[in-house]
Amino acid sequence: MSLLLDVRDLCVTYGKVEAVHRVALSVKEGSIVTVIGPNGAGKTTLLAALMGMLHARGSVSYAGKEITRVEPEQRVSRGLCLVPERRELFATMTVEDNLVLGAFHRYRKRDKAITADFEQVYQLFPRLHERRRQLAGTLSGGERQMLALGRALMSRPRLLMLDEPSLGLAPLIVRDIFRVIAGLRETGVSILLVEQNARAALQVADYGYVLETGEIAIEGPSADLASDPRVVESYLGLVAGNTEKAS
Amino acid sequence: MNAQIAIFLVQDGLTNGAIYALLALALVLVFAVTRVIFIPQGEFVTYGALTLASLQLGKLPGTAWLLLAAGIAVTAVELAQALRLGAAERIPGILFKYVIFPAAVMGLAWWAAPLKLALTLQVLLTLIVVVPLGPMVYRLAYQPLANASVLVLLIISVAVHFAMTGLGLVFFGAEGSRTPAFSDAHWNLGVLTVSGQSLWVMGTSLALIVGLFLFFEHTIYGKALRATAINRVGARLVGVSPAMAGKLSFTLAALIGALSGILIAPITTIYYDSGFLVGLKGFVGAIVGGLVSYPIAAAGALLVGLLEAYASFWASAYKEVIVFTLIIPVLIWRSFTTHHIEDEEE
Ligand SMILES: Nc1ncnc2c1ncn2[C@@H]1O[C@H](COP(=O)(O)OP(=O)(O)OP(=O)(O)O)[C@@H](O)[C@H]1O
Ligand SMILES: [Mg+2]
Repeated sequence: MSLLLDVRDLCVTYGKVEAVHRVALSVKEGSIVTVIGPNGAGKTTLLAALMGMLHARGSVSYAGKEITRVEPEQRVSRGLCLVPERRELFATMTVEDNLVLGAFHRYRKRDKAITADFEQVYQLFPRLHERRRQLAGTLSGGERQMLALGRALMSRPRLLMLDEPSLGLAPLIVRDIFRVIAGLRETGVSILLVEQNARAALQVADYGYVLETGEIAIEGPSADLASDPRVVESYLGLVAGNTEKAS
Repeated sequence: MNAQIAIFLVQDGLTNGAIYALLALALVLVFAVTRVIFIPQGEFVTYGALTLASLQLGKLPGTAWLLLAAGIAVTAVELAQALRLGAAERIPGILFKYVIFPAAVMGLAWWAAPLKLALTLQVLLTLIVVVPLGPMVYRLAYQPLANASVLVLLIISVAVHFAMTGLGLVFFGAEGSRTPAFSDAHWNLGVLTVSGQSLWVMGTSLALIVGLFLFFEHTIYGKALRATAINRVGARLVGVSPAMAGKLSFTLAALIGALSGILIAPITTIYYDSGFLVGLKGFVGAIVGGLVSYPIAAAGALLVGLLEAYASFWASAYKEVIVFTLIIPVLIWRSFTTHHIEDEEE
């Protein structure tokens, strides 16, 4: 399988503070890769830089092309999509309009399959269909997460980057969200997943990175990571869940 | 003052108020999407009126030259950017939009001006010449500093306003122009005499307002503009670039400005610098709406029109003073009734 995303030597600074330091990371086409790490490690910063929302040094190549200087809007139309930590929904627009805007670049290309994708998103999240006329700002926290994910899916991403999709969700919904993520891989979408919930992330992912203070500390296939004593101790808690993923 | 005069003043006030309402809507739109307080809106009014006046005299309007010059300036800026980003594939598009298109418009105007075409065709040609200046002004003056503070953007607006007024003097001279009415019809309805001209103005304004509403509610680009106004980061993440949104909102503002100029030109004599005052009255309306509410801005602008009509009847020397003094009680009232909404997150 070829590399869809290949990042080398990526550095991101806020003023003089370096938040991401010489990160190298890659995502194979059709795989799920997770980045875990403590608060303030630079995970959100990393994803924002990959989306082009922050200025970064180093090289980012996507689908075989260097995109380091490509603007975020162009990246979206090439199939890169970010669900940011703050979701950034259009609060005073309806759920449906938020989804419509998710497909903005496809409307520009006169894509005919948009209507079918609406059906699919509504099927995935029936709650959104019930509330399609409601303003996004009035949704519950969980519904907002669904809308953020739905809006991202409407862009038909090739590489979907998710920043803590389970943030603040009840365990049952977390399970649903991870099921959706695993299902997406089946349809050929590659996923870069940032999570606090390391156990669930390593279960669903093929490969993982541990980011600590802006640098990659450990990496490896997720089964190996899940049994790595350093990961077990810091991120999975004392009761290791290393038997849950056997691949 | 008898009933007949009172009714006449209402008609007069609503006619002007309809134009101010259009301008107020454009100002709210531009501010919501780009945070620019669009003072040069008035210059588009002037350009629209004077371009049409030139065409009616069978002369090539100076704005055609201006379009060509602005196009070349934008070409230079865009080419420099394309080279810096190594995006050579953009070059044909740039040349088409900013060199070939303005040149074609110039050629068209050159050919059409002496023919003294029908009024509707002249209006159309006026719009083709003036409206593309809107996005070009955005590209040249605002886009390079799009992330600056509202104050910096306001200072740019003042500069653009003076530059465009100056160019208006260069291209149109100091004499004023007045275009013939669209319609000389009059209807007597009891005490009320309705003029065809004011029906034209109100009808066109209403049609444009409905059109804008439909655009924002039902088209993908209208939604994209609203999205940018609501959440800039979110808009970028779905692929709506701020530059595209800025150019689109300036295009709409230029269209509204030029059309307002065309509508007002048969009512008032327009000089190279008259647009400013017209725009300012739209601005008072927009301020009544706090620069955020479209309906309140439109209502405020209608109020300005009515106030102006009555002021010019009772104290015509002071009519501008009276109209602009209105802004003070309105601002006081608004400062009591509105609370500042901080940027909502999540
Ligand atoms: N706009 C900013 N200006 C300055 N420093 C920032 C800015 N944004 C983030 N930082 C700093 O950069 C570091 C990395 O932040 P980031 O949000 O990427 O962490 P994170 O790994 O996503 O954390 P969390 O798990 O809590 O979401 C933190 O120390 C943070 O304080
Ligand atoms: Mg984060």
